[in-house]
Amino acid sequence: MEQERDTYLDYAATTPVDPRVIDAMLPSLRDVWGNPNSLYRRGREAYTALEEARERFARVIGAEHPGEIIFTAGGTEADNLALLGIPLRSRPDGGHVIVSAFEHHAVLEPAHELEKRGFDVTYLKPRPEGYIDPEDVRAALRDDTVLVSVMHGNNEIGTVQPIAEIAAAAHERGAYMHTDAAQTLGKIPFDVTALGVDAATFSGHKIYAPKGIGALYLKRRTPLAPLIRGGGQESKRRSGTQDVAGAIAFATAAELVTADLDTEAPRLAALRDRLIDGITSALENTEVSATHHERLPNIAHLIIKGVEGEAMLLQLDAKGIAISTGSACSSGSLEPSHVLLSIGCPPELAHGSIRVSVGRYTTEDDIEYFLEVFPPIVKRLRDMSPVYEKMFGSHAG
Amino acid sequence: MLYTDKVMDHFNNPRNVGVLDDADGVGEVGNPVCGDMMKISIKVAEDRIADIRFQTLGCGAAIATSSIVTEMAREMTLEEAVAITKKQVADELGGLPPAKMHCSVLATDGLKAAVDDYLVKNGREPISGGLEHDDPNFDPHAVPHEEACETEG
Ligand code: FES
Repeated sequence: MEQERDTYLDYAATTPVDPRVIDAMLPSLRDVWGNPNSLYRRGREAYTALEEARERFARVIGAEHPGEIIFTAGGTEADNLALLGIPLRSRPDGGHVIVSAFEHHAVLEPAHELEKRGFDVTYLKPRPEGYIDPEDVRAALRDDTVLVSVMHGNNEIGTVQPIAEIAAAAHERGAYMHTDAAQTLGKIPFDVTALGVDAATFSGHKIYAPKGIGALYLKRRTPLAPLIRGGGQESKRRSGTQDVAGAIAFATAAELVTADLDTEAPRLAALRDRLIDGITSALENTEVSATHHERLPNIAHLIIKGVEGEAMLLQLDAKGIAISTGSACSSGSLEPSHVLLSIGCPPELAHGSIRVSVGRYTTEDDIEYFLEVFPPIVKRLRDMSPVYEKMFGSHAG
Repeated sequence: MLYTDKVMDHFNNPRNVGVLDDADGVGEVGNPVCGDMMKISIKVAEDRIADIRFQTLGCGAAIATSSIVTEMAREMTLEEAVAITKKQVADELGGLPPAKMHCSVLATDGLKAAVDDYLVKNGREPISGGLEHDDPNFDPHAVPHEEACETEG
């Protein structure tokens, strides 16, 4: 029989809702159910609760004004809103946009849409170490560049981009700067004003709030065409009756992840490093995928040569461990991860990539359990492979 | 995308893994694009498959289809063995997700290559009629529409 372990090591995919977040949102679900846009008492109560949440969230991310926070139904919507909304309002007749090639699909897909609408898009290749170099952004900027979008922390390989420098480069040429910070808030110190960005994406379910809530930070006076039109909520930038409970949950979660950052980030980094050391010392032909030193404390991304990712994922699942992989076989499109390909990782190696990401409830014991279970799985799969011996020498695991 | 219990059983407890040292025929096939590889070795007695082993580098479906094809082929005549289709393999496993249908080609091709290898080594004509992977137009990751509809399970 399968073990009854439940070892969740995929915090970069999503997180459980923190019980303190649930406690904070429950009263508003139960009692403060008015429409925040109504004038009577119930409406006013909901409005006050919503605006309080907005202020709290704004404070956490270092925004100058609560009005700079637009609540959305998640990170994907916030990315779409920035990528389409800023260029379409500021240069309706088209212009140039720069995005990095290893963005999340929530940025890449709207970028493709911009191309269809007459924009020129540069997909900037990361350096082989796994980060976007500000010099490369500088070289790609043009006089008609309207927007630069580079993610802060990469969701797969975990590298952190020098956003402040990239934003400065964009501003020198009169372009707006957006960053997808869904993976960074609560993992590294974060402040929109210090980064100097005009727009930033946040997602609730990556920081122990429920799915279905996110936000776009939009610096004052940044032009934006709304995507969702209707009653004109969120200062006409995002119509639809707001999710008050979600906003409260999001603000609470954001406060919690930043409050214990000083102790939590080193703890996570230690777990991540123990994991990487454990894997690379127990198994030959394994390596960290991206060598750039600025990285998120919670993501370990490794190439396990000569093994296919989905097979590893399923075997770990049978032992109660959840991780993810960039293997072609496990993606719906049967393409290897575009992030790995963009940093020059050959498809055969992307085939054996795994991402293990830790979080608030990960213990040392979880990591030790993983390290106990994982090497035999890899050895077994390598033994089953017709080519491992041939490709990687005589002592095949 | 969900795998049937039978796929998971063959993936977790693959049958007939390994290489036959004194094999009469060996088939090695692979898809260099996604890196999936399969090797089948067979022992033949009186034109029947007397023993069979496989090795596979690939996803859960690739391993499960390899495993089940070795069970299906054992005791079959060589003609019967090369006639196994990827659809039969998928059906035997209770279905495969549409995106994973191509993985079973690896298994049927491996078996065909092993049978042909045996025949050619013994101065006889190959009978498989060619491998799907050898067709330059074969795209291992393309999902033919009818198959996608029929076998989703
Ligand atoms: S072997 Fe690549 S998807 Fe099955």
